[in-house]
Amino acid sequence: MAKLNIVLVLILIASALSVVTSQHKARSLFVALENEQETARQLEVKWGKLQLEQSTLAMHGRIEQIARVKLNMKVPTASRVQIVTLNHPADGSDSESVRKP
Amino acid sequence: MTPHSASNITLSAWRSRFLLGLLLLGFFGLVGRAAYLQGNDFLQKEGKSRYSRIVETSERRGMITDRRGEVLAISTPVASVCADPRKMEASKEQLENLAVLLKMDITEIQARVSDKRRGFVYLKRRVLPEAAESVAKMSVPGVFLKNEFQRFYPTKEMAAHVLGLTDIDDRGQEGVEREWQEKLASELGKRRVIRDRKGQIVEDVEKIRAARQGQDLVLSLDSGIQYLAHSGLKDAVEKNKAKAGSIVVLDAQTGEVLGLSNLPVYNPNRRTTINDTNIRNRALIDTFEPGSTLKPFAVAVAMEVGQVNPDTVVQTAPGTLRVGRATIRDVQDKGELTVAQIIQESSNVGTAKIALALPAQTLWEMLSRSGFGMPADIGFPGEAKGALRPYKTWRPIEQATMSYGHGISASLLQLARAYTLFTTGGELKPVSLLKQNSPTMGQQVISRATALAMSNMLELATQPGGTAPLAQVNGYRVAGKTGTAHKLIDGSYAKDRYISSFIGYAPASNPRLIIAVMLDEPSAGQYFGGAVAAPVFSRVMTGALRMLNVPHDAPANNIVLFPATPEVEIEEGIL
Repeated sequence: MAKLNIVLVLILIASALSVVTSQHKARSLFVALENEQETARQLEVKWGKLQLEQSTLAMHGRIEQIARVKLNMKVPTASRVQIVTLNHPADGSDSESVRKP
Repeated sequence: MTPHSASNITLSAWRSRFLLGLLLLGFFGLVGRAAYLQGNDFLQKEGKSRYSRIVETSERRGMITDRRGEVLAISTPVASVCADPRKMEASKEQLENLAVLLKMDITEIQARVSDKRRGFVYLKRRVLPEAAESVAKMSVPGVFLKNEFQRFYPTKEMAAHVLGLTDIDDRGQEGVEREWQEKLASELGKRRVIRDRKGQIVEDVEKIRAARQGQDLVLSLDSGIQYLAHSGLKDAVEKNKAKAGSIVVLDAQTGEVLGLSNLPVYNPNRRTTINDTNIRNRALIDTFEPGSTLKPFAVAVAMEVGQVNPDTVVQTAPGTLRVGRATIRDVQDKGELTVAQIIQESSNVGTAKIALALPAQTLWEMLSRSGFGMPADIGFPGEAKGALRPYKTWRPIEQATMSYGHGISASLLQLARAYTLFTTGGELKPVSLLKQNSPTMGQQVISRATALAMSNMLELATQPGGTAPLAQVNGYRVAGKTGTAHKLIDGSYAKDRYISSFIGYAPASNPRLIIAVMLDEPSAGQYFGGAVAAPVFSRVMTGALRMLNVPHDAPANNIVLFPATPEVEIEEGIL
């Protein structure tokens, strides 16, 4: 009888300790998860800022300004543009001419 | 002393029992007290607050992008400095530091936290990230940061009127931001968590409310075309010293709004620049008497009922027409004109004669089914519906003036939309600010044959003899109609103030874009629609067709220079 009691007490202690460790593990894993989520949030914030930066830099007005003034570029006039239509022989005034794919 | 002597002393039994009883009593007293304290709410709360916290998670408001995914509006996180006056304890020195960091007066801070009954006040909203960090490092009790978002519009004033605005709490106040508030809005999340000694969250106890990120919104705008439209309009308004101006670019087949701009405008990133004048999205919420741009509708319905065909000759001599006591005038006596020439040269007398021969109901139905007198349902707050009075109240003179766009009012968007009749073979397409992924269904208003015949007549307006040579586009066939109308001010027509407009589309053989331009009070000498509005059309159309890779439908260098036919169209309604 006494032997059985000792065994039971030992088992009880073991299980109690394992509860403590698993709780601890769960908590530290949870902390890690929280940290990762925080990182994800911060990355998203950064992504938003980069998006904003990109769209500011890619503003049409700015690009046009740089192309015209800095790079001395010009919009080609229609007479200097050759439009190639697929499948259709060149037939400029054809009302059924396909839209470019 | 013998060892026995001590054991001989016997204490009476009751003493030990008494002591035991006393100890037990004390013990039960403690147990009872402990049990009693368990039920004490105050202590419960204090205990919990040592480890349990409610954490708020904020998500950003949805982005607004154009049809190709370019960002038009985006929210970025900023921090606001808040305080809990009940808990705030700051030394004089800390207060001074705070004041410096927040660029505020120390007395102002003290005033804000003076009401000790309040649990929450903002000290300063939307501070720079660096300042926010320094405030956090000071860790003044009762002062904390709240993460918020600020809305940015990278395209600045370019699409300001379409996008609208949000208020300081990130709720939509104007435009698309307001109309689609529910979709764009994010929801604040709340959850209860357990924190450890270091302040780290170690356990999620419950989710009180799930956070929701705002959904992104894809508009029908094309930022390239929007840019062309805005800059074209801006130059024209400056050059012609106009009071205001609007431009609308529609996809001629789907009715999607590809570009929409008005002047004056404001920069949405700088709220102090906003006032009552520049916040108006004129193209959608303001109406005007369209003038000659409305002529094609009266003529189209006359063709539809078989009353005229493009070659029918109408006598417009002597250039005036008396209806009742009023007189309708052309600028010149043009003599006999065909119906096609009436459109090409924009004759008021000719149009009025055609319209007067129609039953009032027929004309009314045509205008009504073309979308006049009812909102275009684009989903924009405050959208105008324009005025189209019931035909039963029409007098003959009103029927005549209405045929050339007076006594009726419409927004520029309604007008542009009505022109889908001529670009789709007779269908009125719904207009939309959101990108459409499937073809839109319209309502057939006139027959395909009438629409094509009218389209051919509208093309003549940009040909020799027409009113709008400047609307021509190199390499494409263009159809359109000019309008120059005296402005209606306080119920009478102002002699020297005009609204000049041009509405047209290209390529005429297979229309892709409709562009409507309106300039309010051009005052640099020129005021004919063909002289001030048509060049804007040509410039924007040239750029937009190139951007969309639309095949040419005319040989390059097809532009014919000729003097614009003196417009027969500066007209006024008769009141």
